[in-house]
Amino acid sequence: MERIPILRMGQFLLVTIQVDMHDRLAMQLQDDLTQRISEWNSKGVLIDISTLEIVDSFIGRMLANIAAMARVLDAEAVVVGMQPAVAITLVELGMSLEGVRTALNVESGMELLYELRGDFHEEIGG
Amino acid sequence: MRSTKRETLPIATSADVVLARQKVRQWAIEMKFTLVDQTKLVTAASELARNALDHGKGGHMVVEAVENTARTGLKLTFEDRGPGITDIEAALRDGFTTGGGMGLGLGGSKRLVNDFHIESQPGKGTRITVVRWK
Ligand SMILES: Nc1ncnc2c1ncn2[C@@H]1O[C@H](COP(=O)(O)OP(=O)(O)O)[C@@H](O)[C@H]1O
Ligand SMILES: [Mg+2]
Repeated sequence: MERIPILRMGQFLLVTIQVDMHDRLAMQLQDDLTQRISEWNSKGVLIDISTLEIVDSFIGRMLANIAAMARVLDAEAVVVGMQPAVAITLVELGMSLEGVRTALNVESGMELLYELRGDFHEEIGG
Repeated sequence: MRSTKRETLPIATSADVVLARQKVRQWAIEMKFTLVDQTKLVTAASELARNALDHGKGGHMVVEAVENTARTGLKLTFEDRGPGITDIEAALRDGFTTGGGMGLGLGGSKRLVNDFHIESQPGKGTRITVVRWK
């Protein structure tokens, strides 16, 4: 079965969406990520959508679900690389993507993940 | 409004929704819509094609290049023989869904185009026509 690959990079996961996803593929990705986060005890997920030419309400909901699910599993999700035209359209569509962390590119997304987890460890350390 | 070119695509599977998006993108590029306008058209097409599939039990999309005395535009028609929409006003409201979706497909795609028209008969089906002008 067709699947979107999930790369493991230490305590983080990296997903690069490189196809025009049909709805079932998007659902599959959501399930696979949930599995991987709990199996590998990952602390963060970076989702690179820089090649996505649209984000409609279905994909938007998938991103929001992944973020919510990650939070429940004590991980952070960061969506990176949204094209400006996609962002403009998404706002007009009415999707706010509340609760979804975003960054400009993979590099700053990774920085954000390290920052977030860094804060977290400090908090536990007291 | 005069139609200068037209093509029909089936919407029977979620792969057809992807093909519908790609077709609209291709036409919007050929007609030299801006990138933002292309993105709006493709996003609206994605929402309406998915609705025809998920709520309307499948149907088809007609893509048309149209022109009037002043401008050219891309017209999309989504037709299905599903259950129809009983309360169109409610269905257009943001957040309204009968299927556990986001409820943004109809209201949202209406905002992404210039002309938006719904015809629906309960028990018979739904036809949604949208145009984005250049
Ligand atoms: N083609 C259709 N046939 C029947 N009902 C439809 C159709 N399109 C939309 N609807 C109805 O309108 C509601 C709102 O549609 P939409 O705004 O796309 O939200 P969603 O698809 O997330 O439910 C749907 O839940 C459904 O009840
Ligand atoms: Mg919908």
